[in-house]
Amino acid sequence: MADRQVVIIGSGPAGLTAALYTARANLKPLLIEGLEAGGQLMLTTMVENWPGFRDGIMGPELMSVMREQAQRFGAEILGGDVTSVNLRRRPFTITLADSPVVTTDSLIIATGASARWLDIGSDRRLSGHGVSTCATCDGYFFRGKPIAVVGGGDSAMEEAIYLTRFASKVSVIHRRDSLRASKIMQDKAFANPKIEFVWDSEIAEVKDVAKGEVTGVVVRNLKTGKLSEVALDGVFIAIGHTPNTALFKGQIELDANGYIVTHDGSHTNVPGVFAAGDVQDHVYRQAVTAAGSGCMAAIDAEHYLDNVPEDVTKPEETIARQNP
Amino acid sequence: MASDKIKTLTDSNFEEETKTGVVLVDFWAEWCGPCRRIAPIVEQLATDYEGRATIGKMNVDENPNIPTSRFQVRGIPTLVVLKNGKLEETLVGLAPKEEIARLIEKHL
Repeated sequence: MADRQVVIIGSGPAGLTAALYTARANLKPLLIEGLEAGGQLMLTTMVENWPGFRDGIMGPELMSVMREQAQRFGAEILGGDVTSVNLRRRPFTITLADSPVVTTDSLIIATGASARWLDIGSDRRLSGHGVSTCATCDGYFFRGKPIAVVGGGDSAMEEAIYLTRFASKVSVIHRRDSLRASKIMQDKAFANPKIEFVWDSEIAEVKDVAKGEVTGVVVRNLKTGKLSEVALDGVFIAIGHTPNTALFKGQIELDANGYIVTHDGSHTNVPGVFAAGDVQDHVYRQAVTAAGSGCMAAIDAEHYLDNVPEDVTKPEETIARQNP
Repeated sequence: MASDKIKTLTDSNFEEETKTGVVLVDFWAEWCGPCRRIAPIVEQLATDYEGRATIGKMNVDENPNIPTSRFQVRGIPTLVVLKNGKLEETLVGLAPKEEIARLIEKHL
């Protein structure tokens, strides 16, 4: 007999909505928060597109009330990180960093996605010393200083515009000669006198690792191959996200980019395991769609628990077929 | 929910409070989401290490000097471990409790 009927991993809008619905269905869910508790909304300021809040709501505040709402209906929330899972046997087992192993009949994966880095080494090594993936956290440290934002999507534009509150100048470095960002964000960015654009370019190196602080970047023009150095004090990286699926690799079907593959709602290829939010969605990636899919996963898990099939497909066989 | 076991460090009391023993300092600010995630961990550490190490928090908004000038903090949360006033460890970003505890243990 399993310890739990349902365990949820992840505490962003998807995980907390799944907790709310499964708690209200009297399934006594256990939600494991993870290190990045609250998810990506904890890194935002005003959320203006969460329906029902006419004047917006602060991201961390939204997460905090969502958490309390799930708890009000009996969801149990555990801090800490999952270190491994075993989905090959039933009940599934979840191992945590500093709590006893938990077994469960069903699992909802809502581990989300985390910011991507550049893959040049020097950016990672200067993280916290001038390189950041969180403008709202670290913009404050660059008052009156020139900085760069890497990326050309909506979040890059949002960060660049936000950072003009602090920085003397924001250089947006983008690999192409046009932006991926929505029209409204492009217009805002182009109209901002503090923002300049460095097109067709990428950062080859962030300097100065030896000094332990950012003094500038080496920029490579992708059309001419020419390298040039720009002196600045900070680099903000906004080039998208990677799904947090390392825990599940080899046990569950992932697509080429590491996202969990779902079908018929929130079902994964392993019966009894469901996925919701950004961990399975690289298209919409909104707080409200994540919450919606968390609700779907809760309902799917409830149906699954009501009619656990006699002959559950053995997960080992499924995996063997997909990853020969 | 600030625990009374946590020392509030400021630009003016920093030298005095960190001059002896092992001290963990959590640099934070109200507007920093990830700082809220690490706060309960730091509170637990304050209980775990009571009497053996000082666990302090320093608000970077209210203290413009020590965090940015002496420690070159450019992102938060940042945690540092000092021994007898000397900087021994710097940890940027989120980390599990065990990892932070290990950094304290190293210098006890």
